[in-house]
Amino acid sequence: MKLRPPTGRRLTNLAVSIWAGGSALLGILILFWILYVVLARGLGALNLAFFTQMPTPPGISGGGLANAIVGTLGLTAVATLIAVPMGLMAGVYLAEFSDDSKAGDFSRFSANVLMGMPSIIVGIFAYTLVVVPLGHFSGYAGALALAILMLPVITRTTEDMLRLVPNTLRESALALGAPRWKVTLVIVFRAAKSGLITGILLAVARVSGETAPLLFTALNSPYWFSSLGEPIPNLTVTIYNYAMSPYPDWQQKAWGASLLITSGVLIMTILARFFLRERKA
Amino acid sequence: MPPPPLTVVKGHKVKTSAGGDRTFRWLTFFCSLLVPLVMLAIGLDLFLSSWPAVKQFGWRFFFSQEWNPVLQEFGAGSSIFGTLVSTLIAMVIAVPLSLAIALFLVELAPPRVSRTVGTLIELLAAVPSIIFGMWGLFVFAPFMAHYVQPLLGKTLGFLPLFQGPPMGIGMLTAGIILAFMVLPFISAITRDVFQLVPPVVKESAFGMGATTWEVTYKVTIPYGLVGIIGAVFMGLGRALGETMAVTFVIGNAHRLSASLFSPGNTIASTLANEFSEATEPLYVSSLVALGLVLYLITYLVQVVSQMMLRRMYRAWSVGL
Repeated sequence: MKLRPPTGRRLTNLAVSIWAGGSALLGILILFWILYVVLARGLGALNLAFFTQMPTPPGISGGGLANAIVGTLGLTAVATLIAVPMGLMAGVYLAEFSDDSKAGDFSRFSANVLMGMPSIIVGIFAYTLVVVPLGHFSGYAGALALAILMLPVITRTTEDMLRLVPNTLRESALALGAPRWKVTLVIVFRAAKSGLITGILLAVARVSGETAPLLFTALNSPYWFSSLGEPIPNLTVTIYNYAMSPYPDWQQKAWGASLLITSGVLIMTILARFFLRERKA
Repeated sequence: MPPPPLTVVKGHKVKTSAGGDRTFRWLTFFCSLLVPLVMLAIGLDLFLSSWPAVKQFGWRFFFSQEWNPVLQEFGAGSSIFGTLVSTLIAMVIAVPLSLAIALFLVELAPPRVSRTVGTLIELLAAVPSIIFGMWGLFVFAPFMAHYVQPLLGKTLGFLPLFQGPPMGIGMLTAGIILAFMVLPFISAITRDVFQLVPPVVKESAFGMGATTWEVTYKVTIPYGLVGIIGAVFMGLGRALGETMAVTFVIGNAHRLSASLFSPGNTIASTLANEFSEATEPLYVSSLVALGLVLYLITYLVQVVSQMMLRRMYRAWSVGL
């Protein structure tokens, strides 16, 4: 058998290696490009007034987005309060009780599909379910949409994290006579604590940057809000509206809000990874 | 199906736990039912709410390019076309890049570099869609208009794809930004797939004198093909439904155009743009019908993706 000289093969290998390294570099480059732009343009917009004052009418400079900041925090908090208990319980069933049953399988599969569902579809769902019957845009609809987006994330991470808890721990607690619910909520949850926090953090990070499901549910508003029954001002829809406006001052505010949202989301994501590493160690 | 009953030792009264446990089990069971319930409810709701539009326009709705809120004439043609074209551009760019990144992370980079780079790529996935939109509209679109599009026009301008004024915003820019957005998702799963290939299989190829590329091309990729297809479909699902970034840069015009430089729209961008302004019932219903199309497409894509990934994990858990 005649061997081919290796030069061509080596060259191909080298070319592919360069392509692979270049691709990784490109990915990192895009990340830093975006972060740099957001930081460079957003930093100038952040001052005390940005956090403490109300939006000004179009064309008048000054003011801030205090109401939108509070609104985003409020919407995310309400969504978290709805989704976390349900997601945790659903995860408990899948990890502790489902025993590879068909129902458990279907639920797991649905959670995976729901995670990939476009968020704007969930927005339409909340619109027809809440906005249409009530006759006006409201924070309830926005919080519902966000909660639906959080639910599958929390469910799946909870299941995965609970499955990592060794069975011996459950058995020893059961052997001491503890009822199953107590074993789960007190022993297993404590053992999986950092993992559960990871799941919740990831879910919160995911929805706090969401815009599409709020566009026609919570809408947006330039005023304070007194209840969830009215349109709720929020940062992400404000970014969208301000960015599309012709006023430089508004566009700068949009960059400030972008910086706020980006840093919040990235910090939560990094924290989540930190907890996950702690759990693995 | 109800959860299986608790096994209680015969003749032995368990005083406290049985009742509490039964309640707890049922509670968790109902919460876990909530997820599939929501998923099906969304489909049903979209179907019912889009019925007036579907009844009014019939099959024509899905092909017609007409979109005129004043005349109450609606068709999904241009939105579906735009969704498919922008997604196609995204996948053509993102798939080779993601596979290359996964190859770099698993086979080429030293462990510490691999970890750092992997984390950074994952952070790219965490950047919210609207931030991609801001960056896309104010930074990347001008960059495209000044550098990339004139260059493409000069070199490939004989193709109708790359003709027209370089405006920056449009199909091509939207597709490229989509590629950057789905890239971390595809590369993360592909990395796992590459890592799951048993070392013995790879080593035997290396032992034959194969280069890293040959091992990847002839052993790793065929071995993990099912998983890679799953990863690609997951990215595909994301690209189809991505909303805000696309809405910022696609130009939002209801028309078909052969040129990738010209503005267009996608299902998601149309929804984002027009939903809160739609007042007439038929208008709203037509928009919901667009949503239904998107729901059905992404559902199908997700199902394929899940089936592929599950098949892979199941096949490999048996071991080699």
